[in-house]
Amino acid sequence: MKELEHDSRNNLEGLKGWLNPSRYGWERISYWFQRITGVFLLIYFIGHVYETSTIVNGQNAWESFLELTQTVWGHLFLIMVIGASTFHSANGIRLIFTHVGIGLGTPGRPDYPYNPSSLNYRQKSGIWIALILSAAAMYYGFTVLFGE
Amino acid sequence: MERHRMLKESQIMKIHYITGIAAIFVVAVHILMRLIVPFGSSLEYDYIISNYKNIFYVFILESILVLISIHGFNGIRIILLELRQNNAWENMITIMTISATIALIAYGTRTIILANGL
Amino acid sequence: MNNSNKNNKDEKKIVLKIFRENTAQKTDRHYDKFNVPYKKWTTVLDALLHVKSYMDPSVAIRYSCRMASCGSCGMKINGIPRLACYTKISELETSTIECEPLPNLPVIRDLVTDFSRFFNHHKNVQPYIQSNDGVDDSDTEKKTFSFYQSPDDVDKYLQFSYCIKCGLCYSACPTVGTDLKFPGPQALAQLYRYFADTRDEAKNRLDIVDDRHGIWRCHFAGSCSKVCPKGVDPALGIQLLRSYMLGISKNEKKLAKKIEIKTNEENI
Ligand code: HEM
Ligand code: SF4
Ligand code: FES
Repeated sequence: MKELEHDSRNNLEGLKGWLNPSRYGWERISYWFQRITGVFLLIYFIGHVYETSTIVNGQNAWESFLELTQTVWGHLFLIMVIGASTFHSANGIRLIFTHVGIGLGTPGRPDYPYNPSSLNYRQKSGIWIALILSAAAMYYGFTVLFGE
Repeated sequence: MERHRMLKESQIMKIHYITGIAAIFVVAVHILMRLIVPFGSSLEYDYIISNYKNIFYVFILESILVLISIHGFNGIRIILLELRQNNAWENMITIMTISATIALIAYGTRTIILANGL
Repeated sequence: MNNSNKNNKDEKKIVLKIFRENTAQKTDRHYDKFNVPYKKWTTVLDALLHVKSYMDPSVAIRYSCRMASCGSCGMKINGIPRLACYTKISELETSTIECEPLPNLPVIRDLVTDFSRFFNHHKNVQPYIQSNDGVDDSDTEKKTFSFYQSPDDVDKYLQFSYCIKCGLCYSACPTVGTDLKFPGPQALAQLYRYFADTRDEAKNRLDIVDDRHGIWRCHFAGSCSKVCPKGVDPALGIQLLRSYMLGISKNEKKLAKKIEIKTNEENI
């Protein structure tokens, strides 16, 4: 049975399994969002550091670059950044607490139907709060960017 | 072989958590600087240049740059490590993340120094 | 006789869609469908055994206890890892039930997967009590003491010791889905089970998983605890373990008091 080696990647769920976070509850969705927003924010951050560097080339360079971002799509992108950073930060705080075992309950004597204490509502509500804060921040961003 | 590492993974993750929390505060100051004046004029050239000459604000900007570069590229390192497992790939990831972090910090610092001198 | 005939008529039927593949013979992957009668209490395992008995004996499955104790009948049922003997057809509420091998474990044949990697990760965390008294742990006769543990001490690890090594959590974990070197929820929770046991004196348990593919690759997606059929809550064990590794929980370990056992001669 040589083909059944321990490092066989046969039947791994891989990225395909990763792409569908809907099967296992809120914590899985939180994990998925944290990762997507993290990568998205890093891309934005790199772009932002590049964008602002045009200031060293004088007022004209700065203003012409700024113009590129002052479009409807540019503003929508910024609103996405606002939403992503709010979610990532708020949920990031929740994750730091859960990762050190705070708010997960204590081990006990499990009984049917075996509801796991770590998936409790105290900790789960942090995800919802992060989503709500994120929506509120996006709404605020919208009024500032499109309000004038 | 595997054991010769500068930092234990637990130390790297402590850095990840701390840079994440610290980023919240410095980014908050950064955003407030846009909001204490009307958003449009906060992006005017003269206002920005005056920002770059304020040593306190320069310190904030540099902190954001360092904290988020480290946190973000370490996040990418984590994602890539989980994707594929072999020594060549893992060593490449380490080198790539460290160089990308240094490069981004260097590039941003260049802007800060030059804009401060304008 | 009459009675059973009548029952047969209004018996409900379900379509069982079973994944088929023979890895060694490199057969094509495909699904076979079977119409299986079921009652309110029929489990997916019952239905699979019905297929084996009356329709196609070549369907490969692994099972033993039929009561969620042995941990051998794990499979993906309607997209989620579950124990076939612990999943009732009537509870699934679908007209077709899809049975596939547990993801993240290599397929041997049909619904049977290879657990070698899973067990290797389990062994790697040294899942046994270690003591420093110099007496070989297997040599129980030479042990002249017994451990004192209060009920509170026991509660710290009891839950995690209920693990039946069924691999459902391993199969549900998004990190395991791409990272072969990650120990997985089962092994990490077992590491905590022994770490939290006051009888255990092992010194460097935490170092075993302080690695770039170790415990830090858990992102608390919670899927393991969601699918565990025994209420082990591996995600809880992992986060509690991490709290020690980050120094949030105090690192000194409480050890069980050892009480000398009087030898037989003394007792007489
Ligand atoms: C604003 C810029 C930020 C960027 C570019 C960024 C980037 C990232 C990236 C790429 C990841 C990897 C995702 C993963 O491993 O699943 C990540 C994870 C994480 N970030 Fe951030 N982050 C930022 C801010 C923050 C803030 C403000 C916090 C809040 C404390 C935070 C806390 C976390 C946490 C807790 C994780 C999870 C690590 C894990 O799942 O193991 N981040 N971040
Ligand atoms: S922790 Fe639960 S799901 Fe995982 S192997 Fe043990 S019993 Fe099965
Ligand atoms: S047959 Fe033993 S757990 Fe299902």
